[in-house]
Amino acid sequence: MHDTTGTKVFRVITITALSIFTIIPIYVMVISGLKPLKDVQGAFSWWPESLTIQPYIDMWKTVPLADYFVNSVIVSVSATLLSLIIAIFAAYAVSRYTFRGRSLFSGAVLSTQMLPGVLFLLPLFLIFVNINTNFGVQLVGTRAGLIITYLTFSLPFSIWMLAGYFNGIPRELDEAAKVDGCGPMRTLFTIILPTARPGLVAVAIYSFMTSWGEVLFASVMTTDANRTLAVGLQLYSTQTNVYWNQIMAASVVVSIPIVIGFLLLQKNFVAGLTAGAVK
Amino acid sequence: MSASTAVKNSGSAAGAAGRRARKPRRAGWWLPYALLAPAVIFELVIHIVPMVTGIWMSFLKLTKMYIANWGNAPFVGTKNYQVALDFNSAVGMGLLKSFGITVAFTILVVGLSWLLGMAAAVALQKVFPGRAVFRTLFLIPYALPMYAGVIAWKFILQKDNGALNHLLFDNLGLPGDKPFWLIGDNAFFAVVIVAIWRLWPFAFLMLMAGLQSVPTDIYEAASVDGAKPLRQWWAITLPLLRPVNMSLVLVMFLWTFNDFNTPFVLFGGSQPPAGDLISFHIYNASFLTWNFGSGAAMSVLLLLFLSVVSGIYVLFMNRRKDNA
Repeated sequence: MHDTTGTKVFRVITITALSIFTIIPIYVMVISGLKPLKDVQGAFSWWPESLTIQPYIDMWKTVPLADYFVNSVIVSVSATLLSLIIAIFAAYAVSRYTFRGRSLFSGAVLSTQMLPGVLFLLPLFLIFVNINTNFGVQLVGTRAGLIITYLTFSLPFSIWMLAGYFNGIPRELDEAAKVDGCGPMRTLFTIILPTARPGLVAVAIYSFMTSWGEVLFASVMTTDANRTLAVGLQLYSTQTNVYWNQIMAASVVVSIPIVIGFLLLQKNFVAGLTAGAVK
Repeated sequence: MSASTAVKNSGSAAGAAGRRARKPRRAGWWLPYALLAPAVIFELVIHIVPMVTGIWMSFLKLTKMYIANWGNAPFVGTKNYQVALDFNSAVGMGLLKSFGITVAFTILVVGLSWLLGMAAAVALQKVFPGRAVFRTLFLIPYALPMYAGVIAWKFILQKDNGALNHLLFDNLGLPGDKPFWLIGDNAFFAVVIVAIWRLWPFAFLMLMAGLQSVPTDIYEAASVDGAKPLRQWWAITLPLLRPVNMSLVLVMFLWTFNDFNTPFVLFGGSQPPAGDLISFHIYNASFLTWNFGSGAAMSVLLLLFLSVVSGIYVLFMNRRKDNA
């Protein structure tokens, strides 16, 4: 079957226009990170007069970027792992059991997307402060506070995606395991989880991206001790000078791990989304 | 949403019958609850308890004087709501304006993101050389940490050293002076463009995943019958993507209406009236004036509005599904 001319024209125009729209900010980010400071302060130029890797060296000194990086990695990895473990159990219950209150679940997932962050930001902050005064557990200004906050952000969607994935695994496998004498937990660990690996990867990527990019809570809940990249990156412009070249260089550095990870695993991600959403 | 309806259908008949027939609880009935407990506890602590606290706070006079000792803040009933909804007062007028801007912002961003995502998904539906490259490229804005992408745009939109003004005035030779993009009325277009740049890849991703389950021979049959591409899209693609679209549009609507990060990173401390989206407005109303009771009341109003719209949307969609 051949495409009509109209189809071909549509395809070429759509792909060209969207490619330009997508690439320009990425190009500006990469090229500006390689310019000396005076070049990014003057008029913009698409092609730099001189290229330098100096911004990539200076950016670590202007703000303590390495510390922020470590904080972001610890917070995001911990939140992702915890969220994944909790989501696995919850999704297993939703997928394999009938129990009272299960129909509430889909409504609950949806309504968490509805909550304005500003509504529970301040109460959460005050609750954390009260926990500290009453129980001596410090949550504001520590990584632990951010970790438990972030893990709840990705949890509803993770459970929903995983439950969809688990539903796609034939129940005959469960039955067979039961006949062989496996309890529910052994069935989960030896049968379901190995089969659901692409779904687990998808959920992990989603969780990690959620934590790595969060700005609102990070800007209120962090102090110098636990500042993440999301807040740290904005500190280049609160100095007397706006170090645009270093900001762009730092943006490239914080983006590379997650973009590469996402692009390598995008097939899993699409498969996980398909299982959860397209039914 | 659609996944859980599938869940319900698969087992609920058997489950309901079982529950009625068996009086004593079956062994291990507690297991699903135990499995769900950690998720429920964390959601309660981080979402539900703070939300209920927030609703309670909206009835308090929680200003700077009481914030250190918020247990003693006086109860003022619906005063905060009256102020927020009194459109003759400065506070009420500000909220109403911000609401209007957010409605326009949401319609533009969700509509255009859906359109771009759909166009890209259809353009990449068929296999051709280089298809994987473009698919990967289009997903990059979604994979980038949100603040990195927005900061790059912030640089592009600078007046004197930004790329956009350079392109329009130095490269394309537009007459006149270079305008500000992040201050004044242009700020609205700035935040719309940046939000679309971030959101459309998500629409693309979901629609592309949905298209994978559409068998290609339907199109061949339609084309043998003489259906033109646009007609094929209207009669085949769109109806088959309906389940995806239903949740996609709702989720995009909620995210966009609640969007705080884009204006926060793009505008920083300076808050142009034209880019005063509602979450950002409430945040500033709470933290700049230190009036948290009033801020909480505005958040509750926002939540009420979103629940009503989502409820109507879901009802309407379900009814259309039943009629079909």
